[in-house]
Amino acid sequence: MPSSLIERPVDGPSATPPAVTTTRRADRNFAGLARGSGIAVLIIMAAIGAFLLWKALPALQANTAPFLTTSQWFPDDPAPRFGIAALAFGTLLSSLIALAVAVPIGVGVALYTAHYASRRIAPVLGYIVDLLAAVPSIIFGLWGLQVLMPNSKGLWRWLDQHLGFVPLLRNDLDSYTRSVALAGTVLAIMVLPTVSAISREVFMQVPKGHLEAALALGATRWEAMRTAVFPFSRPGVVSAAMLGLGRALGETIAVALILSATFAINWQLTEPGGNTFAANIALKWNEAGSVGLGALIASGLVLYIITFAVNMAARVVVERRREFSGAN
Amino acid sequence: MRITTPTRALGIALALGLSLALSACGGSSGTTAKSDINCTTGAIKASGSTAQKNAMADWINAYQSACPDATIDYQAIGSSAGITDFKNNQTAFAGSDSALKPEDAPGADARCKTGKAINIPMVGGAITLAFNVSGVDSLTLTPAVIAGIFNGSITKWDDTKIKALNSGVSLPSASISAFHRSDGSGTTDNFTKYLAATAPAQWTYGNAKEWKAPGGLGAKGNDGVAAAIKSTDNAIGYIELSFAQDAALKVASVDNGAGAVEPTSQNAAAAITKATRAGTGNDLKLNLDYTIKEANTYPIVLVTYEITCQKGLPSKDLALTKSFLTYTASDAAQNGLTDSGYVPITGDLLTDVRSAVASLA
Repeated sequence: MPSSLIERPVDGPSATPPAVTTTRRADRNFAGLARGSGIAVLIIMAAIGAFLLWKALPALQANTAPFLTTSQWFPDDPAPRFGIAALAFGTLLSSLIALAVAVPIGVGVALYTAHYASRRIAPVLGYIVDLLAAVPSIIFGLWGLQVLMPNSKGLWRWLDQHLGFVPLLRNDLDSYTRSVALAGTVLAIMVLPTVSAISREVFMQVPKGHLEAALALGATRWEAMRTAVFPFSRPGVVSAAMLGLGRALGETIAVALILSATFAINWQLTEPGGNTFAANIALKWNEAGSVGLGALIASGLVLYIITFAVNMAARVVVERRREFSGAN
Repeated sequence: MRITTPTRALGIALALGLSLALSACGGSSGTTAKSDINCTTGAIKASGSTAQKNAMADWINAYQSACPDATIDYQAIGSSAGITDFKNNQTAFAGSDSALKPEDAPGADARCKTGKAINIPMVGGAITLAFNVSGVDSLTLTPAVIAGIFNGSITKWDDTKIKALNSGVSLPSASISAFHRSDGSGTTDNFTKYLAATAPAQWTYGNAKEWKAPGGLGAKGNDGVAAAIKSTDNAIGYIELSFAQDAALKVASVDNGAGAVEPTSQNAAAAITKATRAGTGNDLKLNLDYTIKEANTYPIVLVTYEITCQKGLPSKDLALTKSFLTYTASDAAQNGLTDSGYVPITGDLLTDVRSAVASLA
């Protein structure tokens, strides 16, 4: 059920059957099985973390530069120097661009298919957007490289010329390819189906009664969305965005193809450059020496931690919003 | 006509030899140059350099069609990973775009148990400077200017330093888009070795598989850089000769001090033959002389090696490895390299390669 994405089992009074005191064998078995699965997930997560740490430690010990603040990647030098500052910057920046583009569009698509489109068009539209998720990421990468990159130069140049006073959009190199902005745009398209599919399911869960009550009180369609649909769906939409963010953070080959992959922290989004954890691992893995492999695994560990932190933060947001949402 | 005994004996010997060779290569009728292949059976695995991937694919194809009972599996997973596989006893030989490093040698020797691991140069390559500047058909560059372009100090095509080398060529006043590899690569390693050796004043970044200079544009793989140059006006980048040919890109001549030299297979082969030997005995590790100043000798070259055990290969792998490498060192195999944009091993070096392969035991 899609709703399970947003609703955890309720721990209220209804969860423990008050009348029955003796639990049946089947119930106990099932509880054990469920608990076992839960514990297994935790063990697997911990094992992944431990494995990454174990493989990364020798490289981290050999590193002669501060790992967290260095913007260089020369792990196979006689005196290895590598750090993740530029990688973390590029990963977060490209993912944030992706979300900034994909969430408004994805929510819009979801809202339209759930509440505006006619009954006949809505499912078709839903399927088409969902199909985007079935396209392999290398196709998005090649499309970004061969179609979007040459055709979007005009847009980036226009942004530079007209909105160049915004530091993010200024371009001093007169070169508008292989940029973080471009990678973020491609990521946005990749993230879009995740955001819109989950948001759509959430919007459809809105109790008919709420919506009809709002309309009956004289609300316009938009006001009904604002007063009945949005408050109910907010945690779900946040979850959708976070799942999308997870995909954007970990996306590898599309980004590796598009980005110029430099190790510099550059806030000028439309200039060539930028690099991400996953892309760097894909680009450097084949020819990495022993320290190089360890260094890449260490960067993978950081990505793991960042993804973990992002998901935890999302949980906190969802939990807090729950109380105010008025849902259920 | 009366046939004298010695001639007849020779004739019989020839016929015998021919029939033996033919029977050894069952099913070879209809294909050419099979006398270079002395078939054996079995299956071996090898892995390593992506630079020699296409050469290996062609050779394996030719070998296997001549010898249906033999299987050779070459995985182009990168030189470092190939050497790791070899050390871990996973493969019979490793393809590598550099000779075994001192830190890898003990592990490789240990794998060979009774023997030692040796480097056998097998496939040469030329690194070209491919460019895409409208109105410019030929271009000559010196090491200092190449280094200047890639270190970011020469930014315009009509820079006086480029103009001075190309009188009569109308160079546009456009920014240079200098492409390098965004992935770790032996091509980058060899190209930066060349720059560090020939233009130490302009190129202070040493050599590595990672691109170390700031600025410029990165693209993934030789094919990625070639596509990027093709689709970007005023671009230049370093790629291997075969990729420049495949993408129909114009390539610059390089003037190391003895006049402009075109990056052709022959000119590159001349530079490889003149490399000095850094190994002893059958270990044919080479020291390329990037500063070489001779006519018709293209200096930006690379050599990829097959690394295997001179002695100590498992007996099930030995016969096929030796047979296959004997074929790859043959004239037919080496001459075929030129067509696919690689550079053949020639001259004395090829003779030594053959005796190194013959010494495998």
